[in-house]
Amino acid sequence: MTDHTSQPLEVLVLAGGLSHEREVSIRSGRRVAESLRAAGAAATLRDLDAGLLDYLDSARPDVVWPLLHGSTGEDGSVRDLLSLADVAFVGSGSAGARSTWFKPVAKSLMERAGARTPASVTLPQSLFRQVGATAVLERVLDRLPLPLVVKPAAGGSALGVTVVTDPALLPQAMVHCFSYGETALIERAVHGTEVAVSVVDTGDGPQALPAVEIVTDGPYDYDARYNAGRTEYFAPARLAPAQLDAAHRMAVLAHEQLGLAQLSRTDLIVDADGTPWYLESNVAPGMTETSLFPQAVQAADLSMDALYHDLALAGARR
Amino acid sequence: MNVSPQHSPEPAAAADLPASAAGTRLDPWLSHYAERTYGMKASEIRALFAVANRPEVVSLAGGMPFLAGLPLETISEVTAKLLSERGAVALQYGSGQGEESFREQILEVMREEHIRAHADDVIVTTGSQQALDLVTRIFVDPGDVIVAEAPSYVGALGVFRSYQADVVHVPMDANGLVPEALEHTLSELAAEGRTVKLLYTVPNFHNPGGVTLSAERRPQIVEIAQRYGVLILEDNPYGLLGFDSDPLPALHTYDPDGVIYLGSFSKTFAPGYRVGWAVAPHAVRERLVLAAESAILCPSMMSQMSISTYLATCDWRGQVKEFREVYRERRDAMVGALAEYLPMASWTNPAGGFYTWVRLPEGLDAQDMLPRAVTELVAYVPGTAFYADDQGKQFMRLSYCYPTAERIREGVRRLAGVVTSELELVQMFGTSGTTGSRGVHAPAPDQN
Repeated sequence: MTDHTSQPLEVLVLAGGLSHEREVSIRSGRRVAESLRAAGAAATLRDLDAGLLDYLDSARPDVVWPLLHGSTGEDGSVRDLLSLADVAFVGSGSAGARSTWFKPVAKSLMERAGARTPASVTLPQSLFRQVGATAVLERVLDRLPLPLVVKPAAGGSALGVTVVTDPALLPQAMVHCFSYGETALIERAVHGTEVAVSVVDTGDGPQALPAVEIVTDGPYDYDARYNAGRTEYFAPARLAPAQLDAAHRMAVLAHEQLGLAQLSRTDLIVDADGTPWYLESNVAPGMTETSLFPQAVQAADLSMDALYHDLALAGARR
Repeated sequence: MNVSPQHSPEPAAAADLPASAAGTRLDPWLSHYAERTYGMKASEIRALFAVANRPEVVSLAGGMPFLAGLPLETISEVTAKLLSERGAVALQYGSGQGEESFREQILEVMREEHIRAHADDVIVTTGSQQALDLVTRIFVDPGDVIVAEAPSYVGALGVFRSYQADVVHVPMDANGLVPEALEHTLSELAAEGRTVKLLYTVPNFHNPGGVTLSAERRPQIVEIAQRYGVLILEDNPYGLLGFDSDPLPALHTYDPDGVIYLGSFSKTFAPGYRVGWAVAPHAVRERLVLAAESAILCPSMMSQMSISTYLATCDWRGQVKEFREVYRERRDAMVGALAEYLPMASWTNPAGGFYTWVRLPEGLDAQDMLPRAVTELVAYVPGTAFYADDQGKQFMRLSYCYPTAERIREGVRRLAGVVTSELELVQMFGTSGTTGSRGVHAPAPDQN
């Protein structure tokens, strides 16, 4: 490992990959690499490809920052691979990533820890094939009141997500969802203030950054996330102090209960009664120009460059 | 993250709030954008094309020409010579209309397709894409109608949208634009009092349709346009890339005063130079030159002189012939693989150019299916990208210009698996609809 007193920290930022979120990942990777360089690190941006292991063997970076969004990046597999390659990395280990990646598991773990999460069912495409789609969807509609959110049980960037307000449109939403993944999470939509709470831990325990409130003129879909303009963000969120505190506590709870490390982002809704509802967490939160994690860092009046460097340094020392 | 249908604009308990921070939309210039920028944004569909450049993916999506066959060493030598001998001219500003000697050479290229024009009426542009932009700029006011084939070239639709034109599509069949349908559409538009400024058409080896306007129909189309007083914008980037027969007469040959003709070196040589041209009636050409000067001052001298040297010193006709053979082999691979693996679909059999247009089995939506295709490491462009309205869901454009014949076969094999799975899914849920998404649905030029 580099002697940090004299040599810049060598960081390999892994971004891209073969997932549906490749473009977002590359944008995130570039931003983080730039920040790390600005903070004095020697950061290299690289794709996940067949040359990776040879590269790791020869370059031996001090730490790898996996910024791969989507499947292999967030389901724990790349983290297992990095462990196999005996390379330190930034962020959660494979077990935490796996629990978080599959949203129904994360919801169950959070429910067990006392958090509220919208009622839902998780149904793979194979089940519909065996039992029959019409019969299953009728039962879903019997048990879960509209509006519903249909989304892939694993995945991000709102890809494959539909808000269903009309029962006749549920089959279309299922087809859209299954285009992105094998298993669908059908969740009751909760009305309220949508917030994202980022958590960082550079060695002193997990700390929640100011909650970022998201207000859109429609669904917070891919367009609303990555084309600046449709979404208005408030950081800190316009919540009463007690509600803000509850949202922050829920994010830290998720970070701990899901076994996450160094950084995470938890998305939740605060309803009209001020109750936070857990939706999902992310082990590789987006770091693009329009992403929520960087906004939270800014709202906390922290230096993005310094924080990213601290995270990389802490990752290298783990 | 949820995508809740209603987000309360106000927080739950307003009375207890701390001093409210101002929100941000992350774009301080949001209120300043012109109306014409509507629709200029990335969509989740476009984001999927980012994966297509990975070597694991067989991309049948992009339109990048096959350049490996170019004599790169020779080009490198002549470029070096050009810079050492005439560098001060090549790197200088030039004429807004393009260099006269180069325009003469363009006439020579056009003669391969029996098109006759005068060098004075040629204007060199930054790719024919810029010519499309300039023509639309000088003719089209917001709300004016442009009639275009259904489907139509996505790059032209983008230009038309940016000038707030109202695009009205006219159907094609295996012989290209249908004259009766054109007559019907123009007649209806006239009855409605609508102003039709242009008829935009790609007569040869249509992108994305893969069909060619028959010889019989060409004078008919020109005659109909004349009768309704509509200027034809003839876009012909693929005309020299026919596989089986000599080029058909350009629409321009029937009525040089009623047709603006666009040509390009992007497909017959290399797109990296960004050189195309327009041939226009003299009065139109004058305005085009002024519009071009206000846009870019002048086309790249370096590009013009490089292509000029290439045309003068290399066997460019032989090179085009070589391209034709490569693309013919790949077209054969594409239609052969479609017949073998996708008998449940139908497609056009192009006699030249880069693309075939595929109709999927009933109920399928190519846009909805794309994420599944990308997961299975194959990419295409959904048909909706090629319409200004909501048509095209059941179609996709497959390109055969860039991947090898072997990769094309593998891509179509993967695609067949995707279609089968999607068909099963759609039948299972008894739906043929789409959830849709806004924005640009075609790959960027460097995404193959």
